[in-house]
Amino acid sequence: MKGIIGKKIGMTQVFDEQGNVIPVTVIEAGPCYVTQIRTVERDGYSAVQLGFGEIKPTRLTKPQLGHLQKNNLSALRVLREFRFKNGSLPDVVEGAEIKCDVFQKGDYVDVIGTSKGRGFAGTIKRHHFNRQPKTHGQSDRERAPGSVGMREFPGRTLKGQRMAGRMGNERVTIQNLEVVIVDAEKNLLAVKGSVPGAKGGIVVVKPAVRKQKQQQKK
Amino acid sequence: MNEFEMLKALEAPSREHPQVEAGDTVKVHVRIVEGDRERVQIFQGLVIRVRGGGNNANFTVRRIASHSVGVERTFLMKSPRIEKIEILRRAKVRRAQLYYMRDLRGKAARLKERRDTPKQS
Repeated sequence: MKGIIGKKIGMTQVFDEQGNVIPVTVIEAGPCYVTQIRTVERDGYSAVQLGFGEIKPTRLTKPQLGHLQKNNLSALRVLREFRFKNGSLPDVVEGAEIKCDVFQKGDYVDVIGTSKGRGFAGTIKRHHFNRQPKTHGQSDRERAPGSVGMREFPGRTLKGQRMAGRMGNERVTIQNLEVVIVDAEKNLLAVKGSVPGAKGGIVVVKPAVRKQKQQQKK
Repeated sequence: MNEFEMLKALEAPSREHPQVEAGDTVKVHVRIVEGDRERVQIFQGLVIRVRGGGNNANFTVRRIASHSVGVERTFLMKSPRIEKIEILRRAKVRRAQLYYMRDLRGKAARLKERRDTPKQS
């Protein structure tokens, strides 16, 4: 079963054998536990549900605890499902432990996280609009979005016009990150490059979708 | 294992370099890879700053090259490309960053040597 839930620890840099510096994000990955296996017969789809992170049992509701108790698992903070194509469920049993050694150094992974919330952001930050001139008779227009429509026809602003609004705090996937370090003893995973979200945020690490497709083509 | 320990675990092993400080005159032996050949280059000059910690710890060495052009090079302390660091001279300085040395030339750019025994580590 390739896939794991983790916590973003932060970024640092490491040296490779040649002495090159590699920027890495450190993820506390696992240990995760298989909390449930979804099958086509019972649930209509195939997936493996993993749980991660310690939490006080009193913080969970009784139904949540009962769900975990089925496999004699202690209280877990997050549950996430990993979908698989029907009939290609990996060979795992409920209650099994998943450690980060499901990945190897050199693997490519996709990392899913929740981006940092930016609040109500203007068009420059949110959609990379350009700033207007600071001078030439301008005042108070530097960061304004500019025109949002045409004339009497169509007489309205078109749907989908990019404007200011809430930014961030949404699910973001970063594709094709290289796994640089795997340490199952310390539950430590390091991937090359940055990962969405703040330190301490929950991230999901999966095998890279694009790389898998490339391999199938060959 | 807390978060700090996790980051610490990735740190490159400490090299047996002497402790470099601002004001030191040093010889840095750097391994240079050219294609498949490898050689060691020596960069000698004055350390004008030491910054960062962990794997990012680095120091900047300034030397006056030919035609009195100042050349500054920053080295990563933990880099495996650094073969050896030799400290030739330690100067008495009152700042951590000796940026003022960039504006000084010739005789004005001299620093007083430190008389205390240099810290060995």
